[in-house]
Amino acid sequence: MESPPPPRPSKTALFLTYGKIGLVGFGGINAWARRTLVEERRWLTEQEYAETLGLGQVLPGPNALNAAIMVGERFHGMAGSLIAAGAMFGGPLVVLAGLATLYDHYGSLPAVDSLLGGTAAAAAGMVVGTAAKMAQRLKPTLGLWAVGLTSLTLSGFFRVPLPLVLLLLGPLGILAAWWAGRAREQIAAGRERPEA
Amino acid sequence: MRDEILWQLVLGFAAISLVSVGGGIAVLPEMHRLVVETHQWMTDAEFARRYALAQAAPGPNVLVVGLLGWHVAGWVGMLVATISMTLPTSLLAFGFAKFRKRMAGKAWLKVIERGLVPVAVGLIAASGLILARGAATGWVTGALAIASTIFVWRTNYSPLWVLVTGALVGLAMGV
Repeated sequence: MESPPPPRPSKTALFLTYGKIGLVGFGGINAWARRTLVEERRWLTEQEYAETLGLGQVLPGPNALNAAIMVGERFHGMAGSLIAAGAMFGGPLVVLAGLATLYDHYGSLPAVDSLLGGTAAAAAGMVVGTAAKMAQRLKPTLGLWAVGLTSLTLSGFFRVPLPLVLLLLGPLGILAAWWAGRAREQIAAGRERPEA
Repeated sequence: MRDEILWQLVLGFAAISLVSVGGGIAVLPEMHRLVVETHQWMTDAEFARRYALAQAAPGPNVLVVGLLGWHVAGWVGMLVATISMTLPTSLLAFGFAKFRKRMAGKAWLKVIERGLVPVAVGLIAASGLILARGAATGWVTGALAIASTIFVWRTNYSPLWVLVTGALVGLAMGV
């Protein structure tokens, strides 16, 4: 539909890429995974990444991990899943162990607090900006926009528990997607057979 | 005694993992129940500080589980807790990935996948807003969050720039 299919990444490339995603993944890994897989490596289209993430959210478990397992499986089967998930967790776990040790010693310094505070604010903006970028590039129909904005409102403003949001909006989203698909088909059919 | 604690970590986090629909952070209240209320491995304040540290570190934010394990049983606890939290759902996701490949091209699956996309994007935006509400404690952090949103949305430069800028501004202004 969009550009021609990109070459399948090697196992090494998969490992290095997910290792990088894990290590730079401040403030939520999904923004970084999207940036790396869609914008930098071009292994997935915007639509493919969003679909994988959507499924990762419906399944139990961390959605970034679910998405990594599905992306790994897509390119290299079970080995791919192990590589992507292991690389994404391995680096940060080591960093975290180091941070935990440091924090136990220096966590009470005010400079550490300021540093973390500024980073956290920038990271929050990064996550919002990523969502805006995705919405802009995915070009949703009116129905899909409505579902997306409702999902943002329910979860972001009313703090409705996520399982409930998914249960409520999943079917509505599917309905909106089915509707959009049907409209597209009718337009296509109308062009082919003008008498219909 | 130590073995007993490790088994409690395994069972506790594996159980939480299987109900964690919507992501690891959605079950934070359950984790709190497990480590603070049920087993009293740490205080409320210790729990909050571990959570803040995990948020500031790179990597999937479910890694807070590793820090909780670290607090309870050091290195081994960190590994045991992380694996217990991630393995059960990973197997499920892998099985689903296989199934999805077999069903590839089926119209009904495509519709489901497309329908979940806006929910996923809305939830990303929501998690950003929730983070911003906690992080934007004054005008400096508020301006940082807004500037970073616009930068990431409207440009293709690496978001690392805004994180480094955020850290430096935070340090300089003493937020």
